[in-house]
Order: sequence, then C-alpha cells, then structure tokens
Amino acid sequence: MVWDRGAVSDSFPLLLAGLVVTLEITVLGSLLAYVLGLVFALIRRLRVPVLNQAVYLFVEFIRSTPLLVQVFVFFWVLQPAVGLPISAFASGVIVIGVHYACYTSEVYRAGIEAIPQGQWEAATALNLPRTRVWSGVILPQSVPRVVPALGNYTISMFKETPLLLAIGVQDLLNRAKEYGAETFSVTEAYTMAGAFFLVISYVASLLVRRLESRVGQL
Amino acid sequence: MISFDDVDKSWGPNHVLKKLNFHVKPAEKVSIIGPSGSGKTTILRILMTLENPDEGIVTVDGDELWNVERGRRIRRETTQMKLTRRKIGMVFQQFNLFPHLSAIQNVMEAPIQVLGMSKNEAHERAKGLLDTVGLGEHLDHKPPKLSGGQQQRVAIARAMAMRPKVMLFDEVTSALDPELVGDVLDVIRDLATSTDMTMLLVTHEMRFAEEISDRVVMFDGGVAVEQGPPQKIFQDPDNERTRRFLKAVLEH
Repeated sequence: MVWDRGAVSDSFPLLLAGLVVTLEITVLGSLLAYVLGLVFALIRRLRVPVLNQAVYLFVEFIRSTPLLVQVFVFFWVLQPAVGLPISAFASGVIVIGVHYACYTSEVYRAGIEAIPQGQWEAATALNLPRTRVWSGVILPQSVPRVVPALGNYTISMFKETPLLLAIGVQDLLNRAKEYGAETFSVTEAYTMAGAFFLVISYVASLLVRRLESRVGQL
Repeated sequence: MISFDDVDKSWGPNHVLKKLNFHVKPAEKVSIIGPSGSGKTTILRILMTLENPDEGIVTVDGDELWNVERGRRIRRETTQMKLTRRKIGMVFQQFNLFPHLSAIQNVMEAPIQVLGMSKNEAHERAKGLLDTVGLGEHLDHKPPKLSGGQQQRVAIARAMAMRPKVMLFDEVTSALDPELVGDVLDVIRDLATSTDMTMLLVTHEMRFAEEISDRVVMFDGGVAVEQGPPQKIFQDPDNERTRRFLKAVLEH
C-alpha cells in the first residue's frame, strides 16, 4: 500500500465540496430536529387530542426502524407516491431531521420535567396565561439546559449523513468514493474522508463538553 | 372576604380537612398554627387553586372559587376561577422566584402579562415595591445571586405588584437561615399595619403571629380545634391540644 501525497492535494477540493454538503445536511437537519422535537414534546405534554396519540405512534415507529430503511421508504416510496419532486439532498435533510426529532423530543421532555413544581405554582399564583407560562417561564429555563444534549445529537447526525450516499446525495463519503473510483487512490480518499469526520466530530464534542460544564452552573 | 363552607379534602387515607367552615373578614389578619400535616397549608393551596377540595364551597370577596359536590367532575381553570384568583396573591415557603429573570423582571412579569400594563409603568411600580422591601440596590440581580431573605422579599414584592385583596403567606420564613428571618417579618409587619389587605398566614413564628394577627386559628387533625384573639390563644388557651402544641413549640 502506497500513500500518494499527490492524491491528497488533488482530491482535496472535491472532498471539501462533499464536506460542505455533509455540513449543510447536518445544520439543516439539526434545525428541523430541534424545532420539530420541541413541537412533538409540547404536543405530548399538553396531551393535544389525536395529535398526542399520532405523535406517540410516529415516534415509536421511527425509533424502531433503521434510518436507512426510512431513507429508502421516503425517497423511493413516499416521495414518488405523493408526486412531489424532492431532491435527494432535501429528502436527506427531511428524513434525518424527522428521525432525530423523535429523539430530541425526549430530550425536551426531560428538560421540561426537570423544572420544579414551584415554578408552575408561582405562575398560577400570578395568574399568568398558559401560553406565557410556557414562553416566559418554562421554556427559557428548560431549553438552555438541554442544549448540550441537542449538540450530541447533532454530532451523531453528522456521522450518519454518509448513509445518504444510498440515494445519491453528493456528501463527503460519496465524493471520496467517486474520487477513488476514478483515480484508484482509494486509500487516500477514504482516509481523508475519515480524517475530516474525526477532526470535526472531536472538536464539536469538545465544544459540547464545555457547554455541559456551563449548563452545570445554571 | 374568604369563606370555606363544608370543605373536605383527603390525601389517600389522610383526611386533611374535615368539613371545614372557616370565614375571614375583609382586612382581617389571621394566623393559622398547628402541627405539620394538620391541613394548614392545604387551606392556602385551595385558595390559590393549587389543589382542589373534594367537596364544599369556597368564595373570595363574594365570588365563587370552588363549588364541588362529592363524586362530580371537578372543573378546573374556569373563567370564573381565573377572575376570582386575581384577587389573591401568595408567597411560598421556597420563594419560587423565576431564576432566569432579574429581581425587577420577576416583579414586572405579571403586571405586564396579566394586567396589560406598559413596560415603563410596570418598571416604575416594581422599582417602588422593591425599594419598599429594601431591595432597591438589587434590581438587576438574578435570584441565585440573592440570599434567601432577599429572595423572599422579592417574592413578596412580586405578589404585591398585582395589588391583591387577599395575601397568603405559606410558612414564608421556614426555609430561611435564622438571621434572615427578621427582615422578611419586618416587611410583612409593614404590610399588615399599612394596608387593608386581608392576610392569611401559616406560620411557626409564634411571637410574630401574636403580634400582628387579629385572630389565631389552631389547626389539628383537619379541624380548627380553637380560635380567638392572639392574647387568648397564646396566654390562656382553652383546648388541651393547643396547650400541648404551644408548650412544645415555645420550649424550643
């Protein structure tokens, strides 16, 4: 096995383009997971009729099936059936975002339950309207506490984006594969892809740890 | 101002209020004393609608707060209840300030959100109230930066900002270090003498209760075993249980 330095610099622009796609999916998917997860958590907590049961079943379904199966079902079954032309990229964002929303909703639930009963009672004693209790008292206290846990899910998501190669998303791994197939420099391409993942995940997890210690002081 | 008619409440096998009939006149200051678990706090919590009675009628300032028939479904958060509840303020044993808001924001929150007051007006009023309770220097401090006594005084200002007709004090000094109790009691004493608010205090501060109350109610086993003017209750109680309870607490 020979390490070809030329291939490293040669493949760099292509891999970088792939990395950008991977990061885009991670960021957009995370935003979707953060927002939708909160919506799921609130629907469950407020016991919104019908939606509550629907979310429960949906979350159970998502958590009990592999992400890759969900990607295929969405891209090859649901999307053509509905007839909306959704790109592989957008499909990836949606499937990953919704998948992780089922996990972040649990994070939010725990964050909300951690708020002491006395906070609810003080809000009642002041006659604050329900919506204000949520927006002004409960969520501003629970959301900052769950940020590190959300960050950890974003890191997992980042590491799972290569799955989307299966529907042709031009992510980092797909670009490495492409470069390897064209130049036979498989070793360099895959090693570099791995190194990109390693560096970014590691730095991100350091950041999350710092956040955790800050939240510990809240 | 406050009336409990045949109010019953149980926690499992624990019968905390037994057909309670209890009435408080406007501007009256009433202290409720008694051993723990005797249902004292439950009276305040039912008034604040934090608990529901199992049975009975509770009215405040002529408006119905609870009207519960045993076995019937209990209706919570009715419009009538919300309106009546506005007349009541409560201060808790554990302060329950909003820790993410500064002292002044804690006091401004409800006037803005519930009374629809402008920010400026709410700020002015909150500042005035915090001055009164001796926290004029700490307007922008968040609760975790304040001592327990300071937090409790912010909590009193927060409840006062809604100008309640009835104020409930639920063992407000029990969670405080002894040296911080005095400042909080001073604030409550000022309120008792300078306002015509109806005040209901559950307390273990017997000397304070004797000093500021118009009436003291001794609670035990879910019933008011004895009530009367503070001098009578503390100096010469008729009831044996009252005598034993006071002996036990005053010896310490």
